[in-house]
Amino acid sequence: MTEFLQVVLSGLATGSIYALAAIGFTLLWQASQTINFAQGEFVMLPAFFVLIGMHVLGMPLIAAMIFALILSLILLGVIFKKFVIEPMLPHGTLPIVMATIALGILMKETVKEFYSAEAQPYPSLVADRTLDFFGAAVSTQDILNLVVSMLVVVALQFFLSGTRTGRSMQATAQNPQVAEILGVNIKRMVLYTFLINAALAAVASFLISPIYLAKFSNGEPIGLVAFIAAIVGGFNQIRGALVGGLLIGVVDNLAAIYVSAQYRAAVPLILLIVIILVRPQGLLGKAEGRAV
Amino acid sequence: MNRRHVFALAASALLLSVSAPAFAQETVKIANISELSGPGATSGVNWRDGAAMAIEEINAGGGILGKQVQLSQYDSQSDAQTSRAMVQKAIDEGAFALLGTVYSGSTIVNMLVAQQAGIPQMTGSEAPKITQLGNPYIFRTSFGAQKSMPKIAAYLQDEMKVTKVAVAWVNTEFGKGGHDAFVAEMKERGIEIVADVPSENAQADFAADVVKLKGSGAEAIFVYLTEEESARFLREARKQGISVPLVGETTLIGQKVIDLAGEASNGALGHVSLTPDAPVPAVQEMAKKFEEKYKYRADHNAIKGYIGAYAIKYATEAVGELDSQKVAEKLHGLTLKAAENPGILIDISWDETGEVSRESYLVEVKDGKQTVKATLPAN
Repeated sequence: MTEFLQVVLSGLATGSIYALAAIGFTLLWQASQTINFAQGEFVMLPAFFVLIGMHVLGMPLIAAMIFALILSLILLGVIFKKFVIEPMLPHGTLPIVMATIALGILMKETVKEFYSAEAQPYPSLVADRTLDFFGAAVSTQDILNLVVSMLVVVALQFFLSGTRTGRSMQATAQNPQVAEILGVNIKRMVLYTFLINAALAAVASFLISPIYLAKFSNGEPIGLVAFIAAIVGGFNQIRGALVGGLLIGVVDNLAAIYVSAQYRAAVPLILLIVIILVRPQGLLGKAEGRAV
Repeated sequence: MNRRHVFALAASALLLSVSAPAFAQETVKIANISELSGPGATSGVNWRDGAAMAIEEINAGGGILGKQVQLSQYDSQSDAQTSRAMVQKAIDEGAFALLGTVYSGSTIVNMLVAQQAGIPQMTGSEAPKITQLGNPYIFRTSFGAQKSMPKIAAYLQDEMKVTKVAVAWVNTEFGKGGHDAFVAEMKERGIEIVADVPSENAQADFAADVVKLKGSGAEAIFVYLTEEESARFLREARKQGISVPLVGETTLIGQKVIDLAGEASNGALGHVSLTPDAPVPAVQEMAKKFEEKYKYRADHNAIKGYIGAYAIKYATEAVGELDSQKVAEKLHGLTLKAAENPGILIDISWDETGEVSRESYLVEVKDGKQTVKATLPAN
């Protein structure tokens, strides 16, 4: 029983980080029909901004994280939208898919070129301590991951449904033409979505890098898992992406224990196929309509 | 004369033309072919600097058989095919003996060229296969991975009194080789394997693996993962409060792992063939001199390069003439005692395959530093 509890808790801790990346995926799709296949690399990169801040510019950790967040908002938010998505958008979804795949490769290889192919140690925000939870070991890092992810999701939900800007963003996502007629600045709303995605990726990066270590190739597994989590949860619901992320985290760990290590990577994909067959709109997704 | 005879004659002529200058030359030409650029540069540069320091000492002490040694450098670029071309170039330029390469994948390819030319080659590679291919001109400077497992097994059984052990290994060629050798040793010694946990290459999340190992009732866990995975594993093991000893190879306790895993690496045990911290004054003195000369700390490859250069000197002087063929023959079955041959640092023996026997060390990570816990006898 302790073993089961340990696996579930560890799964929830990593799953909560997958959820952040998955939510970003969902938001971009809703706002601009963008399937961002560079999402994994978006999570990989900010950790290196932190390392540059600390080791090159001599900043303390918190300052380096703020520096990384600002850099992420500019590069992964504004520049990404302006120079990758906007020129591609009139040509449909497929060119965007191709462009983001290319962007992902470019980001990965650039990090490899400038920061070497070796994994880099990445500092944790909290001291490494372990607490006992009914016999299972829960580290302060795990708790931080869960708490921060949940707070981010709650804050995002509140922003989208409780503020005027958030509701304008929802309107833009549901029906851009009508929203524009009603006076919503849809270009700005789409930009906000890209900025939120960049911020989510940066937070996910800060949380996952102490466990994964900072490495150029980290984006591949994270991107794939986030994509699956977004579909499993329902591509048009933030709550769905959250549930999808947590579910994949737990299922991945349970598979490693009770199925086999070799097949653990396949189990989330099998789950994806089953869900598409049984409930094509995802666990919490709606059969039609778009909403952020 | 049939075609085979023509080939034999041509090969003999080639051999003669290659080895003839060695007899006549005023200096002894030794060529170093190592990874001076590319991903293996750290290993290759360490090896080169160790060898260069040894050659400087040898020349200062009168050279080999009274002749000065000329050391030429060739860059393999960490690439197997380039290393092959460089070995050929070194031989064409009259090398009497070769040093390098460090990468096993390169050595397996380039040692065929040295074999064809009949030139002895001291390698830094540790893949078991290298000495199992019947090449009479290849000699190691440190023993192959297959000789490590019996030493670790003996330590687990005799010193740690372990009766149940768990294995965590990476499911690649490297991992499978180590895993199979370790499991065979355990079976032979009657030590029960209570958990056998493979992981995937570049695996990031070791929570499930550690859960399995923790609940297995093992008295020690043998960890055979690559360096980055070792660091992630050690962090997870620390998190879940694993209290039994974690034992591995250099890949568990190397400096890179210590840097990545931080405090979680403390207490990990690893078997290393050569270390500048070895409790041998000659090794420590060599490491000190190296650091003063090159302004960085020697690793095991630097020590191997140093030993390789001295091995050529001692074997040549034992033969008494500059004859590559005779030096290779002499090295088979040769034992060099550090007392009479100080440059060899630690007593060493080569068998008929070019494999090495020498004592090695069990190292424990304490306060983020490697400390030698035990000396394991030669096997």
